[in-house]
Amino acid sequence: MLQIDLWKRLLIWGIVALGLLLALPNGFYNRVETYNDAAAAVERGANPSELQEELSLWPDWMPSGLVNLGLDLRGGAHLLAEVQVGDVYKARLEGMWPEVRDLLREERDRLGAIRLQDTENAELRVRMVERPEMAGEAAALVRGLARPVTSLTGAGATDIAVSSMGADVIVRLSEAEQRATDERTVRQALEIIRRRIDETGTREPTIQRQGAVRILIQVPGIGSAGELKALIGTTARLTFNPVVGRTSDPDADPGGRNVIYPSMDEEGTYYILEPTPVVTGEELTDAQPAFDQNGRPAVNFRFNPSGARKFGDYTAQNIGSPFAIVLDDEVISAPVIQDHIAGGSGIITGRFSVEESTQLAVLLRAGALPAELTFLEERTVGPELGQDSIDAGQTAALVALFAVLVLIILSYGLFGVFASVALLMNVFLIFGILSAIGATLTLPGIAGIVLTIGMAVDANVLVFERIREELKTAKGPARAIELGYEKALSAIVDANITTFIIAAILFTLGSGPVRGFAVTLGIGILTSVFTAIFVTRLLIVLWFERRRPKRIEV
Amino acid sequence: MRLKLVPANTAWDFFKYARLTFGASVIAMVLSFAIWLAMGLNFGIDFLGGTTIRTESAQSVDVGAYRDAIQALELGDVAISEVFDPTFGPDRNVAQIRIQAQEGEEAITPETIRAVQDALRAIDPEMEFPLVESVGPKVSGELVWTAILAVGASLAAILIYIWLRFEWQFSVGAVVALIHDVLLTIGIFSLFQIRFDLATIAALLTIVGYSINDTVVIFDRLRENLIKYKKKALRDVMNLSVNETLSRTVMTSGTTLVALIALLILGGDVIRGFVFAITWGVVVGTYSSVFVAKNIVLILGTKRDWSKPDAGAGTQFGNVDA
Repeated sequence: MLQIDLWKRLLIWGIVALGLLLALPNGFYNRVETYNDAAAAVERGANPSELQEELSLWPDWMPSGLVNLGLDLRGGAHLLAEVQVGDVYKARLEGMWPEVRDLLREERDRLGAIRLQDTENAELRVRMVERPEMAGEAAALVRGLARPVTSLTGAGATDIAVSSMGADVIVRLSEAEQRATDERTVRQALEIIRRRIDETGTREPTIQRQGAVRILIQVPGIGSAGELKALIGTTARLTFNPVVGRTSDPDADPGGRNVIYPSMDEEGTYYILEPTPVVTGEELTDAQPAFDQNGRPAVNFRFNPSGARKFGDYTAQNIGSPFAIVLDDEVISAPVIQDHIAGGSGIITGRFSVEESTQLAVLLRAGALPAELTFLEERTVGPELGQDSIDAGQTAALVALFAVLVLIILSYGLFGVFASVALLMNVFLIFGILSAIGATLTLPGIAGIVLTIGMAVDANVLVFERIREELKTAKGPARAIELGYEKALSAIVDANITTFIIAAILFTLGSGPVRGFAVTLGIGILTSVFTAIFVTRLLIVLWFERRRPKRIEV
Repeated sequence: MRLKLVPANTAWDFFKYARLTFGASVIAMVLSFAIWLAMGLNFGIDFLGGTTIRTESAQSVDVGAYRDAIQALELGDVAISEVFDPTFGPDRNVAQIRIQAQEGEEAITPETIRAVQDALRAIDPEMEFPLVESVGPKVSGELVWTAILAVGASLAAILIYIWLRFEWQFSVGAVVALIHDVLLTIGIFSLFQIRFDLATIAALLTIVGYSINDTVVIFDRLRENLIKYKKKALRDVMNLSVNETLSRTVMTSGTTLVALIALLILGGDVIRGFVFAITWGVVVGTYSSVFVAKNIVLILGTKRDWSKPDAGAGTQFGNVDA
């Protein structure tokens, strides 16, 4: 009757032992964390002998996976940013202008003179100044410039949509090209953000894409979201532009397509610049904080070969005239070229503090963001509050566990003891699985574990109650136990599947803390069913085999 | 000596006061709905957008002074509430400040937060700000939809699952019981103006999960008894089923409540609202499993011949062997 094959017994004990083993490192959290940091450093090429002390804290044959602590427990900053993908359209179209212009000028005899119109929208608007009636034909010509979109979803589509309206030819990016551009922009932004945060050397930052154009950034241990914003929110587009003139009037007409930018240091001073930069920050290979000859903070930089050549040629030809170093539409400085600058390195001076020059160097090294970011959500949790939450959660969980154990032992006697053992295993299994899959534990996640402690006995209770009932009618305790398990099973399965559905929905709905709750709840359901059906049963069978009681009391 | 939360063999008539219990449930639902409409919910920034700042100070919280300090910055609607917790000592005074979403800003700027903090530090230079959260109107608008969607999807998923495993009357009964639980929880949140945020939605779904768990156990026994007693009146079979599972219902609710109360008292103030919602939901959910779900099935009636085509429906997992 009450038989469990040997291999099943071994399997059950094996799973329980594995769970215990995987959960164990969490009992020595700080120790294992130090060890893991050291091990990661060695992996990156650090000298193992220097880290001997840290490495000896934990045996390397033991599992060393830990439950990650969420931001609400560890403290840190959380940001949800949206990439302004539309920014890029205009720049892309402007890049097409020379090509369009050359094409239409070739046909000047037929089309007459053309002029680019200023517009707020992401489009090129070309006016047929002399022959408005030729707009349709010109549009057809421009359409010939369209190239197929290089993306999976946009197969078969071309990159531009050309239309004519009155005397104007309007060039826009096609839907497919917009999507492809968005994709590239977001990926690039993700990469740049990752590089910038890596430069600061914080542990375990989370940088994730969310939906089409959003990026979620979580950095533990950082003081405030504002700090993080300053680091990743700056576009950091560096350009070197020829200076046309200086003015104190921000509304002055710069003339032609020139642009007017304010000076960063001198209030009320504006520079008129040529719009096309000589070189941009994309051609930098390195940037380091430094000090200029007067001992003021500055940033040293070096160009790549093509940037160095362009910069060298330009300085050689323009000795005596000023050029501007522009960062995000502000002129950092506009020195006069004293000499031909060969070799491709230079120094940016301005009124920096040491922190600012360090940050600027980081930003320049990591590269410019392809588009601006807006922040939709930000959260900062102080580390003390996180620690308080851990302590409170720990106390509550222990008290809850103790109270539940007392309650079931009082209610079910020896069988209650079996259920208690199973419940303890259950908690270890939850931690074991959380560590193994690298899940993140949040404060609601702790609540989920406590809730599971309360609910986990449910499956046991169902079985025990059923055994009690069967004892009244069935022949002998062995049969009653067997029937109890058999008949309680469908209720256990139905009840837990419905709860599991809810946990799954919560998981897809939630972000951060709520998701942490869903994870512990879901895992808790699985482990509680496992421990109730297999572990408790095995314990009962072992006891039964040894004692062979004539009658049992549940 | 065993602890018995419920006497060993009960034969209570759970329909004896059906009018009273079911009526009470209906009235409670209507009341909750009315309170919800009349008082509204105290939505957190997850759903409204805006900023919350938690302050910690050694000096006692002077809400008026805080308000005056922040009002000077002209940030619109500002709500300040003191936070109490048994674990706080006398030198730990915590307050929660909520600032409405600012016109034309997605998330609040670091400068605004700095300004608020500076204004408050004028009251107590040692003041700490361990928690600053800001949600823009764009995200909060979406979160409202995700929340509604999640609750809707859960109810639909359960409706379908119970329908597949039982009969449609059962699934209607179960879902009505769930709506009852959700409404009553929303009602109490509205009545006491407890902050309602994304975590509360998670709590609501957990309540749904717990309550359905309870209901399914009773339904499962009911199905078994319907197969066993083909001639007995539906009402009597129901009473029998509830009585047979009563000791389990009380026991499981008991252990869950014990665990939750420990968390409610000791788990800290940050998740107290969340834990309170679940605790309340477990009580209401247990009640609705016993007094609401099956009453609906009784009203709707159900087929009585469970033996024919899918007699194995309830036991198809029965051959899972240890």
